[in-house]
Amino acid sequence: MVDLPVQAGSLEAEARKDAARRNRLLSSPAILIIALFGIVPLLIILVYSFLEAGPYGGVVWHFSTDAYVNFLFQQDIFSGALTFAPAFLLIYLRSVLFALATTVVCLILGFPTAYFMATRPQHQRNWWVLLITIPFWSNLLVRTLAVMFIIRDEGLINDILMRLHLISRPITMLYTNFAIELGLLYAFLPFMVLPLYASLEKLDFRLVEAAYDLYATRWRVLWRVVIPASLPGIVAGCLLVFIPALGAYVTPLILGGGKHMMIGNLIAQQFGSGRNWPLGSSQALILMAAVLIALFAYVRNTTGKPTNG
Amino acid sequence: MARTRPPVDTKQQPGFATMAAICLVLLYGPILVLMVFSLNSGKIVMHWEGVSLHWYAVAFQDADFHSAAKNTMIIAVTATVVSTAAATLAAIGMTRVRPWKGLTAAFMVINLPLMVPEIVTAVATLSFFALIAGAFGINLGIGNLIIAHTVFCIPFAYMPIRARLEDMDLTLDHAAADLYAPPWKTFRRITLPLLVPGIMSGAALAFIVSFDDFTITQLVAGPGQTTLPLFIWNQIRRPMTPEVNAISTILLSVSILLVAVSFLITRRRR
Amino acid sequence: MDSAIVSREMTEALGVTAEVGGKSVISIRDVSKIFGAGETAVTALDHVAIDIGQNEFFTLLGPSGCGKTTLLRLIAGFDYPTSGELRLFGEDIARLPPYKRPINTVFQNYALFPHMTVGQNVGFGLEMLGRPKAEVAARVDEMLRLVRMESLKNRRTSEISGGQQQRVALARALAPQPKVLLLDEPLSALDYKLRKEMQIELKRLQHETGITFIFVTHDQEEALTMSDRIAVMSGGRVLQIGTAHEIYDKPTERFVANFIGETNFLEGEVAGEVNGALEVRLTSGATLSAGKPEGLTPEGRVTIVIRPEHAQVVADGTASSFAGKISNVVYFGTDTHYYVTLDSGDEFMVRQQNSRRALEFAIGTRVGIRVDEEAARVLRD
Repeated sequence: MVDLPVQAGSLEAEARKDAARRNRLLSSPAILIIALFGIVPLLIILVYSFLEAGPYGGVVWHFSTDAYVNFLFQQDIFSGALTFAPAFLLIYLRSVLFALATTVVCLILGFPTAYFMATRPQHQRNWWVLLITIPFWSNLLVRTLAVMFIIRDEGLINDILMRLHLISRPITMLYTNFAIELGLLYAFLPFMVLPLYASLEKLDFRLVEAAYDLYATRWRVLWRVVIPASLPGIVAGCLLVFIPALGAYVTPLILGGGKHMMIGNLIAQQFGSGRNWPLGSSQALILMAAVLIALFAYVRNTTGKPTNG
Repeated sequence: MARTRPPVDTKQQPGFATMAAICLVLLYGPILVLMVFSLNSGKIVMHWEGVSLHWYAVAFQDADFHSAAKNTMIIAVTATVVSTAAATLAAIGMTRVRPWKGLTAAFMVINLPLMVPEIVTAVATLSFFALIAGAFGINLGIGNLIIAHTVFCIPFAYMPIRARLEDMDLTLDHAAADLYAPPWKTFRRITLPLLVPGIMSGAALAFIVSFDDFTITQLVAGPGQTTLPLFIWNQIRRPMTPEVNAISTILLSVSILLVAVSFLITRRRR
Repeated sequence: MDSAIVSREMTEALGVTAEVGGKSVISIRDVSKIFGAGETAVTALDHVAIDIGQNEFFTLLGPSGCGKTTLLRLIAGFDYPTSGELRLFGEDIARLPPYKRPINTVFQNYALFPHMTVGQNVGFGLEMLGRPKAEVAARVDEMLRLVRMESLKNRRTSEISGGQQQRVALARALAPQPKVLLLDEPLSALDYKLRKEMQIELKRLQHETGITFIFVTHDQEEALTMSDRIAVMSGGRVLQIGTAHEIYDKPTERFVANFIGETNFLEGEVAGEVNGALEVRLTSGATLSAGKPEGLTPEGRVTIVIRPEHAQVVADGTASSFAGKISNVVYFGTDTHYYVTLDSGDEFMVRQQNSRRALEFAIGTRVGIRVDEEAARVLRD
């Protein structure tokens, strides 16, 4: 709806003012709840990140930039000299790598699946969507637990392999990088398939026929027609996988067993056993900044001109 | 299928059906294994001994399970009711209306819980309630969890309600007003009844995300405020029995049922 | 404190005065509607003035974007005039919300409530007015009988055909006995045969109920066959108001003449005035007597308009208004169209009834054209 200005004081101006007041009032409960209990807490950790850590958790109200300095450096207790300490940075890099790998594997598995779904007859498509939607909304903790049961030393895979005498000792899979990667893939695959499907469903398959008509091969049709046309879905799907994978908490917690941490676990640790709330707050803000930058870049690109691949 | 197809099916790509099948196996395999082993009569989780409902019986007699289920229901139901009501009003005030000052900002606020990583929301909410408790001595107990859940339930409830409103024909409201229905009666007799599928679908989603939440609950929950996901978390840190499978199966069933219902509600109208 | 009841009493009181005084039901005085402001402003209605009487079938006719639907929305109360007055039985209603106006609308897409049955739809208005249940039920039955839909009372609105939905929409709008019924292109979604049927049906309903109908359409044929009076609109302005005959036979503006039916335009100069009619000397040198719009005394160059069926092609040499050569002949069964290139170079079309006595002329024949008396009209421009 285009908002055209109106003559002040006219009947229409009055009516619009009434409507705006009413709509603002209707929206206010939801806005207030989120502002008070969603945004204010974020401001609090912003403040916390510039304070000193309390001895038993919490904060001491002294201004300090330690939380940010400690992200990259370690301060010598006696001399106060700063030395480069990449421990946190490495966890961030690991998390980015995990998230990227998850995104790529999800795309490789998800694209053919979404394409296959989009080429089914209408009534079958609905069932496929439901099948992909159910894991999307299912309890992530329980789903991760299910993966754990399968890849444990005494889990289903090792159990079967041992019974078949293919191996004599269980292969260690749990609490490894492989376990985390598998868990992330498993957790976020639906996040890739659904937007890809939404975009492929709208594809005009007459274009595909036209391409075949012009002597294109299957691969060329895929590369030159289908993929460019579904690019918005690919970008959206990648973002929807990358962002939550970067901030993953449950998956590395259960499948990494505390040994292989990601950013999410690092943050939680500072608020738990680490007892460094300012450090945890600064880490949380850095993660959020990364996510918001990705989202912002996405919004900027999608609202601009459509680019052709 | 033995249907005759043209010699070259232009739509199909080789191997794509296999990939789709792999995805389904990947997504459902672990869940199905977990569910099947909940029926295991033996004591060891992954060592099959026979079919029985023994571990369901154990779970239903477990006092900790009872209290966790009770907490979960109290939190999920309250958060669902409050968030769905707030989301419904907001959707009406923000959809199909002439843009008002602050509408774009309001839209961003509503969607904010979806954009902030869950772990960040969790530690921020923890800090918030710690500060409130420290500064004012206020601790709402389980109310803290209800509030935290309500916040992230709102955007989930909001989405289907907004979608439904966008599909709705504005002239119906005009027709009601034309037939002497003042705004409140138009809302009650026309808008609300037509909105019901969207509201139900939104409430179902809000309930699922509250019912399933682990990350935020784990960090915000105080002692004794165990919900079902927390109960499972506590179980897997001890030597496990198939009771975990039984309870997990119950949780999964609730989600699957609600998603299916919500899905069917939205499909039927089309 | 039911506002709807108040308005009902108000209108009943007003209804009496209007009948006694014989005043107009709806009086639109100098109404303008401007969307937007400043440079982006769009004038949808430009100083519109119309008076519509009791029991009239009044049509707003014009192409899309001419302002007719905007005007209807103002009368219904879905939008507000930027300036001017909108009176119902003399009372200013510009400020009244739609639910306080004793005016009902038949919407273009019918806008039937999908979650209610046919009967519930028809009874909705009366229910909102707080009428007793028994009265509502009786009235619903009566209305459904009126539109011949009794048997479908308990059907869902999604289970009936387009034509049936149309009848339900009519019954629903008529049930509360409004003072004015607004119809926004209600027949445009129907196929040709059904549209013809509904045109007759609408006339019958208007006659039986005695309610003032304001009908919006872009279909000139529909307007001509159904209306007591027509207002032809273009660019937010009312160009001419009159009966179908007046609009067709005596158009005052080029747009009106062009929009309704087919027309010949000829240029000329005013040579004098005889008994209230103008003597116009055409470019070809011939002189024609032409009627003029009321209250107007044009001078100098004027345009005159002659309908194709108000002239005859006659053999060359017979007494005629002007002469030319036939450039094309199109046979239509009941009549034949002759396209004549006049000596002045203008094209002139004549529609001639085919009868046994009618002469036939071949292309290239030189002919005369005789214009009926009082057929030529001078335009306002």
